[in-house]
Amino acid sequence: MIRFILLQNRQGKTRLAKYYVPLEDSEKHKVEYEFRTHKVIYRRYAGLFFSLCVDITDNELAYLECIHLFVEILDHFFSNVCELDLVFNFHKVYLILDEFILAGELQETSKKAIIERMGELEKLE
Amino acid sequence: MNPFSSGTRLRDMIRAIRACKTAAEERAVVRKECAAIRSSINENDHDYRHRNIAKLMFIHMLGYPTHFGQMECLKLIASAEFPEKRIGYLGLMLLLDERQEVLMLVTNSLKQDLNHANQYIVGLALCALGNICSAEMARDLAPEVERLLQFRDPNTRKKAALCAIRIIKKVPDLAENFINPAAALLKEKHHGVLITGVQLCTDLCKVSAEALEYCRKCTGGLVRTLKDVANSPYAPEYDIAGITDPFLHIRLLRLLRVLGQGDADVSDLMNDILAQVATKTETNKNAGNAILYECVETIMSIEDNGGLRVLAINILGRFLSNRDNNIRYVALNMLMKAITVDTQAVQRHRATIVECVKDSDASIRKRALELVYLLVNESNVKPLTKELIEYLERSDQEFKGDLTAKICSIIAKFSPEKIWYIDQMLKVLSEAGNFVKDEVWHALIVVISNASDLHGYTVRALYRAFQTSAEQETLVRVAVWCIGEYGDLLVKNVGVLDIEDPITVTESDAVDVVEVAIKHHTSDLTTKAMSLIALLKLSSRFPSSSERIQDIIIQNRGSLVLELQQRSIEFNSVIEKHHNIRSALVERMPVLDEATFIGRRAGSTPATVSTSNGPSLNLPNGVTKPPAAPLVDLLDLSSDDAPAPSSSGADFLQDLLGVDLSPASKQPGISGTNQAPRTGTDVLLDLLSIETPPASPITDILSSSQVYKSPHASLEGLSSPSALSTRAATPAGAAPMMDLLDGFVPNSPISEDNGPVYPSIVAFESSSLRIMFNFSKARGNPQTTSIQATFTNLSPNVYTDFIFQAAVPKFLQLHLDPASSNTLPAGGNGSITQNLRVINSQHGKKSLVMRMRIAYKSNDEDILEEGQVSNFPRGL
Repeated sequence: MIRFILLQNRQGKTRLAKYYVPLEDSEKHKVEYEFRTHKVIYRRYAGLFFSLCVDITDNELAYLECIHLFVEILDHFFSNVCELDLVFNFHKVYLILDEFILAGELQETSKKAIIERMGELEKLE
Repeated sequence: MNPFSSGTRLRDMIRAIRACKTAAEERAVVRKECAAIRSSINENDHDYRHRNIAKLMFIHMLGYPTHFGQMECLKLIASAEFPEKRIGYLGLMLLLDERQEVLMLVTNSLKQDLNHANQYIVGLALCALGNICSAEMARDLAPEVERLLQFRDPNTRKKAALCAIRIIKKVPDLAENFINPAAALLKEKHHGVLITGVQLCTDLCKVSAEALEYCRKCTGGLVRTLKDVANSPYAPEYDIAGITDPFLHIRLLRLLRVLGQGDADVSDLMNDILAQVATKTETNKNAGNAILYECVETIMSIEDNGGLRVLAINILGRFLSNRDNNIRYVALNMLMKAITVDTQAVQRHRATIVECVKDSDASIRKRALELVYLLVNESNVKPLTKELIEYLERSDQEFKGDLTAKICSIIAKFSPEKIWYIDQMLKVLSEAGNFVKDEVWHALIVVISNASDLHGYTVRALYRAFQTSAEQETLVRVAVWCIGEYGDLLVKNVGVLDIEDPITVTESDAVDVVEVAIKHHTSDLTTKAMSLIALLKLSSRFPSSSERIQDIIIQNRGSLVLELQQRSIEFNSVIEKHHNIRSALVERMPVLDEATFIGRRAGSTPATVSTSNGPSLNLPNGVTKPPAAPLVDLLDLSSDDAPAPSSSGADFLQDLLGVDLSPASKQPGISGTNQAPRTGTDVLLDLLSIETPPASPITDILSSSQVYKSPHASLEGLSSPSALSTRAATPAGAAPMMDLLDGFVPNSPISEDNGPVYPSIVAFESSSLRIMFNFSKARGNPQTTSIQATFTNLSPNVYTDFIFQAAVPKFLQLHLDPASSNTLPAGGNGSITQNLRVINSQHGKKSLVMRMRIAYKSNDEDILEEGQVSNFPRGL
């Protein structure tokens, strides 16, 4: 299960943070890579680090794929996404994330399905 | 218009914050925005609620406190508009977490939204619930979620499924309600619902045994589903790197793992599909490898099927050669778990694993090294060690420490023969001696001393190694010790083995080695101290180089380090003045018993370990030598093969005292002050017992030798009790030792004559000598007896160099004060008195016994008399 998702740039500025387990505020702002019961899996895309903190028994390679799928979705949604898109449209990023992962587990594996759903939701706005 | 009023758009605020150059500026901007938002909230400004929350979320992400916005979120959620609800829920999920009590207020809204007609709103509610609900909310809303699991809209179903996961995590009791609907989800066609259903079932099975049973029945269906997915044709929607929906693959495999664990029948059902997935999945992309990884994990966890296991380990072996670091890393991790299951199969990949030890990535190296360590056994230890030592030369500094430690353990555990052990250890020492721990080279010395046929070979090998790798401190120490011990073998080329190259080493070459060791600026105290002792040994073994050695030793006389100064002066003295005892002083060390050493090392004090470095104390004293086997034990505290296989220093002491009380032949000092008039010993005596109370030098020597962990020279045994006290050198042993040997107690309690009076006895009487004992006990201290011994000369000759020595059994402690003089006038015209103090730990149960030995010169003849006193009054 995913405990939190973190997007940070190279200076450590958080672009997105989503927590599926409650953490103290102080913990949230600490960046730790050594945990006892869980591990951090991350991938770097240009200047952004996409980090996932998962249980220690989880399949790391699968979550690497998960990160990649998320990036592809963002890319598709924002058309060649860059960091600034994520900054100015952070609330949309959260909405996409909520369609992709819920309660720390994968919700939908099809890029197309998620994009379609986002389209429907946009229409209601 | 004030740019920071709530009228600013979100975008502008973000821009303003990004434009700030310093943290202080940013704080100011944020503060202003927060103030604007707060006032807007207070005014209940509807128009900008949406924007306010968005701004608040951004500010929250930057790390500023935003609690004041929480109620606003609630209000937004309660609104009827979709956009407002949406942002309200989003804000709720970001700004709050389940521990806040405010969350409870949302329950009602959530309930309404869960029952809403608009499925998007239902979706919103499920999302929020799934992400942050607390246990109470879970309990309240579980029935709704249950109902929604069967909703017609797949989106809702999948969200409901994930929501249910959270609910059962929070409230495991509710799990039963979800079993049936969850199982129904497993039959879905829609991937999204299927994957969420699978996840729900996985978690259910972890939480509830009942669920596990139920789901096991569905295994057949699951296997079929996996087969369909694996065999499905190209589906662009779910395709990742040529594989259809790898996530579903992985989740299904995981569920199968949970179901198959512990149940052989269920495991059987999956064998085919597992084999298929394992063999047919493409491995050139990460997605494929992810599936294989999950597959391997499943195979290793379910009930045994030999063929599959081998297949799994082969896959891992292939992973090890993959170029991707991540894959090698996970493979090594898995192999470590697999080794407990099937060692043989893992052994086949040993070569690849050893390659990984040389990897460029540090964490892979570490993992690989641990794995190699687990793989070592008697048959492969030689090639493995060879490879590891080769790598040692090339490895990084940080890694060297770990690597050295592991190599040393491997060598120690599995060495098939001594010569191999010594060879490998010498290589390690030459390469990475500075990383080798103390216990390791101590153990090496024990092994060397035990391999008596290899002494010559070892010392020559060390000599050669020293020429090339003198910067490795540990190597220098071992070399210096061996050259000291076996220098004669080195020079005379004793015991040359066939495999050796011939080498001639002269005495002066050997002394050169030790000289370099002493003089080198990087040598630390232990090395220098060991070198000094080695020089002493060599001065005895190479008499022709004695002068040169003496010169070297003298150079340390003025050393600022007490230990070195002391050694230097004492050894110098031995070389100069005590030739007759020198050779026996530094005789070959007795063989250290490995078994006791290992046992002792496991829980011993440092001193006992280090005593292996000192020469044994078989010192004659210039006096005739009657057989002295028990005596040797008495003194031989340093030797680890002391008779009693005792494992603590204090026991040495017991041995010392409890030994068969045969005549204490040639030894000077269990008791007794040594006021022998020999000038040589006087120097030493002065040195060691300089001022009164003389107890202090004893303590100093004790403490210094304890600190430096090296036993002091055998020299001290010559002169004073302090030698033995340093030998014992364990804190526990030290105290009774000191007491025992402390002949210098200033306050003689004999004068306190206020206790029960006991009759005097004649302790000893011969034609030439009489000894009387007078007793007194201090009141209130029944265990301690003060004895005043009076010696009377019954012969017409004057006795000079009069020395009285006594030994007592274990349960007694003996203290001797200095005698009044050591010249006994003839014919009973005077007497020598000496005070003794005996402490009887078995007072009341056992009475005193004592053996005595008296040595003196009469008419220029050395005379020795011995006797036993067994007529002590009872009750002493």
